[in-house]
Amino acid sequence: MHEFEEFKGTFFAECAELLVDVESQLSALRDGSEDPEVLHAIFRAVHSIKAGAGALKFDLLAKFSHGFEAMLDKMRDGKIVVTLDVIDILYRASDVLSDMVDAAESKTDLAQDYGSEVIVEINDLAGVSASAITVKPSSGESSNSVDEVTPKTAIKYNISFSPKLELFLHANEPLLLVRELKSLGEVIIEADLSRLPAFMDMDAEGAYIDWKFEVVTDAGEEAVREVFEFVEDDCELSITFEAMEENSSVSEDAAQADVTEQVQQSNSGQPEKEPTKTAKISSIRVDLDRLDRLVNMVGELVITQSMLTQQTDEIPIEKMPNMARGLEELAFHTRELQESVMAIRMQPVKSVFARMPRLVRDLASKLNKNVNLVTIGENTEVDKTVVEEISDPINHMIRNSVDHGLESTEDRIAAGKPEEGTITLSAEHRAGRIIISISDDGAGINRERVHSLALKNGLISENSKLSNEEIDNLIFAPGFSTADKVTDVSGRGVGMDVVRRNIQALGGRITIQSNPGKGSRFIMTLPLTLAVMDGMIVVSGNGKYVIPIPNILESLRPEKEALKRLPNGQEMVRIRGEYIPLAFLHRAFQLTGAETDPAKALVVLAESEEHGKIGIVVDQLIGQQQVVIKSLESNYQPVTGISAATILGNGMVAPILDVEALYMLSITESHLDSLSFEQSAPDIQPQLAAAKTSTTTSPPHETSTGSSQ
Amino acid sequence: MTLNVLAVDDSKTMRDMVSFTLKGAGYSVVEAEDGQHALSSLDGKTIDLVITDINMPNLDGIGLIKALREKPEFRSTPILILTTESNDEKKAEGRQAGATGWIVKPFEPEKLLKVVQKVCG
Repeated sequence: MHEFEEFKGTFFAECAELLVDVESQLSALRDGSEDPEVLHAIFRAVHSIKAGAGALKFDLLAKFSHGFEAMLDKMRDGKIVVTLDVIDILYRASDVLSDMVDAAESKTDLAQDYGSEVIVEINDLAGVSASAITVKPSSGESSNSVDEVTPKTAIKYNISFSPKLELFLHANEPLLLVRELKSLGEVIIEADLSRLPAFMDMDAEGAYIDWKFEVVTDAGEEAVREVFEFVEDDCELSITFEAMEENSSVSEDAAQADVTEQVQQSNSGQPEKEPTKTAKISSIRVDLDRLDRLVNMVGELVITQSMLTQQTDEIPIEKMPNMARGLEELAFHTRELQESVMAIRMQPVKSVFARMPRLVRDLASKLNKNVNLVTIGENTEVDKTVVEEISDPINHMIRNSVDHGLESTEDRIAAGKPEEGTITLSAEHRAGRIIISISDDGAGINRERVHSLALKNGLISENSKLSNEEIDNLIFAPGFSTADKVTDVSGRGVGMDVVRRNIQALGGRITIQSNPGKGSRFIMTLPLTLAVMDGMIVVSGNGKYVIPIPNILESLRPEKEALKRLPNGQEMVRIRGEYIPLAFLHRAFQLTGAETDPAKALVVLAESEEHGKIGIVVDQLIGQQQVVIKSLESNYQPVTGISAATILGNGMVAPILDVEALYMLSITESHLDSLSFEQSAPDIQPQLAAAKTSTTTSPPHETSTGSSQ
Repeated sequence: MTLNVLAVDDSKTMRDMVSFTLKGAGYSVVEAEDGQHALSSLDGKTIDLVITDINMPNLDGIGLIKALREKPEFRSTPILILTTESNDEKKAEGRQAGATGWIVKPFEPEKLLKVVQKVCG
């Protein structure tokens, strides 16, 4: 079976998809769906896993899926009634199946009796004995007794074969049978034409010729029978054999045994299935590497295109109008191409959402709560990389909602709420980003307790005045936990801070809205892709930088009077009555030749996710452009204040600013102290230190086009 | 002359295995992921053999066989069903719909080729 080794990758990828599908079908089943297609779909998934496992010799997996399949088959036929208990078994069986797939993929050995509890339950339900759940090897079919007794002895078989009309309707062909017989040994053929009608009465598709074959072969009766395997229901067949030589071990009776097969049309089986009306969108599977190469190539194309545009910028349009038009079209098509390529990588968040009903169900039963999970917008699409990254945060927040968000059943009843708590998980596109929200109808955040805990942990000071929103957001502070006791569900402070940091690392943000007594809502917004972004190219001194467009609010040149310096040295700008701290790019990155007076330079007003607004002082704005994100970590090294880099039209590397980190870099420590609710304050010192070491190395300029992300 | 085989299975792994084995033996293979796709992928192509799974979404193997047998050009085209040993009644159902024979999953490559030769010559 070495031939099939190379299909393992395909098989495991398929298993992953099938298991996700099983999960979502199971939750439909649990929600009371009576659509027969639900069971069919689960059956098909398990069936496919079984077939692949069998072919690839994953015996444990094949064996288990065989039993699972048998149970599902009985369910499809209505022989097993779908009850909650049965669904529970299905869930556990799907768990075991998933574990077995994982084990097969990671080449780890599971105990031979792994999942035996579920197997016993399945066997009971499916009415199969434990020993019956084995997969017979396809080749080792039971051999005939004659073969066992007399191997390699030439035997003469007398075969009488009278085909019926059905034989032709099934596209079988007597000529091929004769050929196959001849491959076994010498054949004497006799055609009996006695049933042949007069030409005028003849039906062109009728079967009128009967045949008699005498075959001498040492291949055994099994092989002879196999020739007629597909036609035995469509003919009168008799096979008798006699030994060619005296052979004492074959009794007279056996030698003369007449094994006439009677035609039996089986009418059993299931009623014909109606084909489902909805057609699937046709799709092909493409290796991710190839797709990444394509995305990279398009990225390079974008760079080349912007290079061309830049090169011709100095030439007056009148001089070469056609060239200008051509370049404009090129820019348009490049953008279209890039969007199309990015669209290929888009995947529905369904694969993540589908795992959540299960999680909620398990948690609810562990915590003895009654929870209903509603999912909305599971077909919302985001880039594959984002899909992969959002799984953990969602998982974490769902755990948090079930564990901390929803009250105990008793408390709910006492509060006059329905016994069953509801958690809503939804996804939608808004303004080029994906918004995922997780809301519960629990007790909301206990602000008093959060406040006192934050005080106790030194996250805030006595005299700090916080708005409700600010208090709610304290739960994202490092090491913060409101759980009175450690539970094995969410643990204690397995921090929302970690969740927030991970989401920010993806260029996203997370906030919480809470309504005491009514519930809480986590809102997570993320970019749709991690491969390209819209950026504003800015110049400061001798460097070009990219500010992500989603961060930018506006840009302006402030009046001299609007600039203020706080006693602690922090420079501020007043915009429409609001004081906003300034960040100087040339200071943060030690650039030379930059304009140092904000009143002569430009201020780009940007919003950091965590800390509010900041005015970034730059020399000039070059323009907005879609940039290809290249990872600094993989191509160079992490630099504080910079999230990634891109390659500009002239081949130069331009760092993409991390507004969040830039804020931390630029705001003086004493100013941070005055922002009393600042959660990350303790982190500032190491960050500044890191910035100092990293800025002594100038940003990478040696990277050229052709580097990968 | 190269024989054209239409391989229909909703499992990519199975399609790949069938396709790989047959192509290695010099057959040309058209793949489809369910009955409906199989029917729409015909497109006037000459198909010399159909190998189809039974359990598939949209249009299952039985439905596909029936639909094919109604087409004049498929009246005498051999159709093999891919089945597991637990599915004797499916075998019978498949035959009733017009299947020529069957291949038991999981199959060894040689076994697949042997069965294909058996019905195609």
